[in-house]
Amino acid sequence: MSFMFTVSPDFTPDHLSGWYIFNTWLQRQTDIAIHLEMYNDFASQHKAIKEGAIDLIYANPFDAAMLVREKGFLPLVKAEGVADEAIIAVNTESSIEDVAQFEPGTKVAFTDDPDVKMMGMIMLEPGDLDADNIVPISADTYILVAKHLLRGEADVGIFLAEVFDGLSGMVKSQLRVLVRSQISVIHHCLMIGPEMMDKRELILEKLVQMSSDEQGRGVLKSLGFENWQKVEDEEMEFMIDLMDTLMI
Amino acid sequence: MWANREPFLEILNSELNMIGDMQPEDIAGDYKEVTLDLYNSVNRKILYTDIETPYPDGKLIVSTTDPEGNITNVNKSFIEMSGYSEDELIGAPHSILRHPDMPPAAFKDLWDTVKKGDKWQGFVKNIRKDGGYYWVKATVIPNIRNGKLAGYTSVRRKPSRTNIDACSKLYPTMF
Ligand SMILES: Cc1cc2nc3c(=O)[nH]c(=O)nc-3n(C[C@H](O)[C@H](O)[C@H](O)COP(=O)(O)O)c2cc1C
Repeated sequence: MSFMFTVSPDFTPDHLSGWYIFNTWLQRQTDIAIHLEMYNDFASQHKAIKEGAIDLIYANPFDAAMLVREKGFLPLVKAEGVADEAIIAVNTESSIEDVAQFEPGTKVAFTDDPDVKMMGMIMLEPGDLDADNIVPISADTYILVAKHLLRGEADVGIFLAEVFDGLSGMVKSQLRVLVRSQISVIHHCLMIGPEMMDKRELILEKLVQMSSDEQGRGVLKSLGFENWQKVEDEEMEFMIDLMDTLMI
Repeated sequence: MWANREPFLEILNSELNMIGDMQPEDIAGDYKEVTLDLYNSVNRKILYTDIETPYPDGKLIVSTTDPEGNITNVNKSFIEMSGYSEDELIGAPHSILRHPDMPPAAFKDLWDTVKKGDKWQGFVKNIRKDGGYYWVKATVIPNIRNGKLAGYTSVRRKPSRTNIDACSKLYPTMF
């Protein structure tokens, strides 16, 4: 029987093959059979978690509370120096210079990436906008969020900062950043479930040493970051409490 | 017994994590003066100006306290907005930010709520070390670790001007 590994569906598509390479590396290093299952959206991933099918997950911070408090997961590592930050942006032609100028009925484009949407909505609050008075425009990808802005179908868009920064110069030149979050303590995290818990130390040891050899560095590069960094239980608890305060 | 009075007071003061009076040399601009009666009958002289520091866009101001409300952790935005150094903040009671315009009922509600284990949310006017002020939308939650209360965390975000204006009208009526 193999353990089941999954990755939060909001990973950047460029890194899809990276996760498969990583899983192969992890199995070789630990001699544990692990199957990587990618879900297309958060709903299907949540269903699998609820059913107890998942043992290892690169989780969105939004799901950390449920994983730890309801499903008995514990943290392993995060991508070093990488935090989830959000950007709210408008079309360069927009008359809005400050969030305070928005009116109820503002059309807000976003993806179903839950932590980014939450941060974006918090950045719109100073303009008295909330879930009850905006017109939501949900998009499958951040590229589509940008397109809604370019075509004038949305007044403001919510982006994962990393993705926004990577948009083509052509697209970015037609968008203007209103606010960029500087939260720095909200991040994705690789987490391990109860069935696999006796392997926690072994996996952790391999992961924190991953960047010390050529092959490990290559695999990390295909994931888009330099190193894994250990996440202490208390750091995870703190992030869960923090997310909890932001959900109301 | 009485011969030991002074050492006893010293111990008492350190146990209460006293915060000193605000000092004129720290204050920027014209100020007014008032003495606040804080919890545990601690008095603090407050020097306050009417200079507002706007809440920075995109940032969260975060602090954690022990179960008594003494600060155990602050983030960079907290330090920047309050004007105090990290050393001055750690160990100080959270009332170091208490502004005289805040009605005591707001903090009673805060403590009653979090002691029950619930989340509290409200708009708070805080005082800076330099006597100025800043408004926040604060959410306070109990930190439960292994089933026990370990302390509290407060996360502040930028409030809307509408909410600030409403609270500026409402709070003076609550004294
Ligand atoms: C986590 C936490 C954060 C708090 N943040 C503030 C704050 O930003 N400003 C403030 O005046 N009081 C804050 N308080 C409330 C203070 O502890 C205190 O009750 C208040 O300043 C009034 O002072 P008093 O209770 O001594 O009368 C906070 C309390 C907790 C538990």
